[in-house]
Amino acid sequence: MSKVIEQDHHEHHDHHHPSGGIKRWLYTTNHKDIGTLYLWFAFIMFLIGGCMALVIRAELFQPGLQIVDPDFFNQMTTVHGLIMVFGAVMPAFTGLANWMVPMMIGAPDMALPRMNNWSFWILPFAFFILLMSLFMEGGGPNFGWTFYAPLSTTYSNDSTALFVFSVHIMGMSSIMGAINVIVTIFNLRAPGMTLMKMPLFVWTWLITAFLLIAVMPVLAGAVTMVLTDKYFGTSFFNAAGGGDPVMFQHIFWFFGHPEVYIMILPAFGIVSTIVPTFSRKRLFGYSSMVYATASIALLSFVVWAHHMFTTGMPLFGELFFMYCTMLISVPTGVKVFNWVATMWRGAMTFEIPMMFSIAFIILFTIGGFSGLMLAITPADFQYHDTYFVVAHFHYVLVTGAIFSIIAAVYYWLPKWTGNMYDEGLAKLHFWCSLISVNVLFFPMHFVGLAGMPRRIPDYAIQFADFNALISVGAFAFGFSQLIFLYLLIKCIRENHQVPAKVWEGADGLEWEVPSPAPYHTFEKPPLIR
Amino acid sequence: MDSQRLDNTALVKRLVLITLAMFGFGFMLVPLYDVFCDVTGLNGKTSDTAAQAPTSLIDESREVTVEFWSRTQGAMPWEFQPTLKKIKVHPGKVTKVFFRASNRSNDDMVGQAIPSVSPGLAANYFHKIECFCFNQQPVKAGETVDMPLIFYVDPALPAKFTTLTLSYTMFDISNQIAATSLTNGESS
Repeated sequence: MSKVIEQDHHEHHDHHHPSGGIKRWLYTTNHKDIGTLYLWFAFIMFLIGGCMALVIRAELFQPGLQIVDPDFFNQMTTVHGLIMVFGAVMPAFTGLANWMVPMMIGAPDMALPRMNNWSFWILPFAFFILLMSLFMEGGGPNFGWTFYAPLSTTYSNDSTALFVFSVHIMGMSSIMGAINVIVTIFNLRAPGMTLMKMPLFVWTWLITAFLLIAVMPVLAGAVTMVLTDKYFGTSFFNAAGGGDPVMFQHIFWFFGHPEVYIMILPAFGIVSTIVPTFSRKRLFGYSSMVYATASIALLSFVVWAHHMFTTGMPLFGELFFMYCTMLISVPTGVKVFNWVATMWRGAMTFEIPMMFSIAFIILFTIGGFSGLMLAITPADFQYHDTYFVVAHFHYVLVTGAIFSIIAAVYYWLPKWTGNMYDEGLAKLHFWCSLISVNVLFFPMHFVGLAGMPRRIPDYAIQFADFNALISVGAFAFGFSQLIFLYLLIKCIRENHQVPAKVWEGADGLEWEVPSPAPYHTFEKPPLIR
Repeated sequence: MDSQRLDNTALVKRLVLITLAMFGFGFMLVPLYDVFCDVTGLNGKTSDTAAQAPTSLIDESREVTVEFWSRTQGAMPWEFQPTLKKIKVHPGKVTKVFFRASNRSNDDMVGQAIPSVSPGLAANYFHKIECFCFNQQPVKAGETVDMPLIFYVDPALPAKFTTLTLSYTMFDISNQIAATSLTNGESS
């Protein structure tokens, strides 16, 4: 360990600027480089997963089977889910953590830079394995991203082995990333940066990291059990050998529900950073935000069975999980009201990061409300496995997590590149995304309530109009993201110098370093007021 | 810097320990699930070991209807039916019934029946003294066997339960048996 740090120290003195070429990216231990790698990787995965979503929507444009056969359709829904969850949202948040956490707490780098390099560079292999499995004989995984047994054991093909190994690698990457974040936050804070002075993005990421190391190993266990059930004759989920397929769902959702909060807590941190900046006020209720985040994280461990209301639980179990789930809306409500109170009587301006944040607050709340509807056990029997569920989790994941990531990129992009982005293009991107995403996901509530099931390539004729509309929204939203890609490249290449403090209402250590942020920052710890 | 380094290593060790513990916990959920189901009687699982003959008196004051139901899993080419669809018993009275399995295929096969009781909360009050589900059932090609079940309903069964449904699902385990040795299969 000492050697690593000493060597690392030498490198700092030897060359302050990165070496050129591919080696810079392969060997880098710099948190900003690794953050950039994570963010680009997430964006590429977002586009690949998006293409799969468009295959799904193209097939569903009309009733009947036109473009793909049902088995390939199922592979698309499965891999779309896996890529968006593990390839787009989670690496994007890890990338933001890499870039911003050390700068926000006045640390020179992440605490474990070598491991940081590893945790990124195993990710491309994980997704290469997963994507290549689609080209195997018999096709890739087709059992849904939740890989319920026995679909993934008895009825799956041999690509399951590749699926299992790629999930193992993704899990290792997330766990290493999480350990790194925790050690950085605990050990590398600048003197005077007490826990309750930390920016909320750092707080939410600290809690997220603990969630990650608590539940990603359980996911690893679940996929291992699927592997041994399929290939080594164990009977964890096989009733013939004394196992129980329902137990799979319990184990999976014990991971799966905290995973949901892993994908939204950093978003809360981002919005809590952006809203005060453009309201020119301090964040309303800082400490209540911290406690609300912690209580959401704790509650997330006792609500998993609300995904399983229709599996035949006893009444007491259904009531317990229903009330616990509803309880989560209390801390979440604290957060939403705090954001609104922060904006209340603030000197508000509506720059693009703020626009995405406000869209987040409104649309995430819609997703939260449909979640509350799903939490009502008797109602859930109707909603279960319909497009209403699809509408719900896309409102919290696309207009929630993804919108917050886009807001964060707009907010810190001038700091990263030293250039201001093209405001006109950004507005175009915002309005195209906002309108199309609602055309895409809002009608799903209606077809879901009318009974259209999820994960089915064909549907009854009465859903045709709404599905055509949804598909139009999907393609519009997909192509809107190309504006974003163009804007990013333009911003990196062009030269519109910005000052160190890009937003005059911004608060935090990251605005005290020049723009673009130099390769090494805070080699001497800053003074905390 | 020195104290910092120690801090990092110690903290990383602890976090790795949590990670490994949670990996273990994922597997611990399997026995915990069974224990939870045993204790609460949820999931309709009956005991997979033979019960002793009843020691309490037969409760003549009430009758409980026990329904029998059976199915084969997947496309298993067996006919598998209870010889009796339902029976009224006094709690505490030992009763013997038969299930009939016919192997309609041209191969010798081995089946394993998995029982389930509904309502699930009554499962702990259903006692099997002898059951074909305790053993694997080899049935030769074209053969028909009658398989016995000897059971009694616990007199402690709460009065709100007037009907119990016992269902069996027959799984085809011929392939698993072929994979392991035959003696192994008989001993279990």
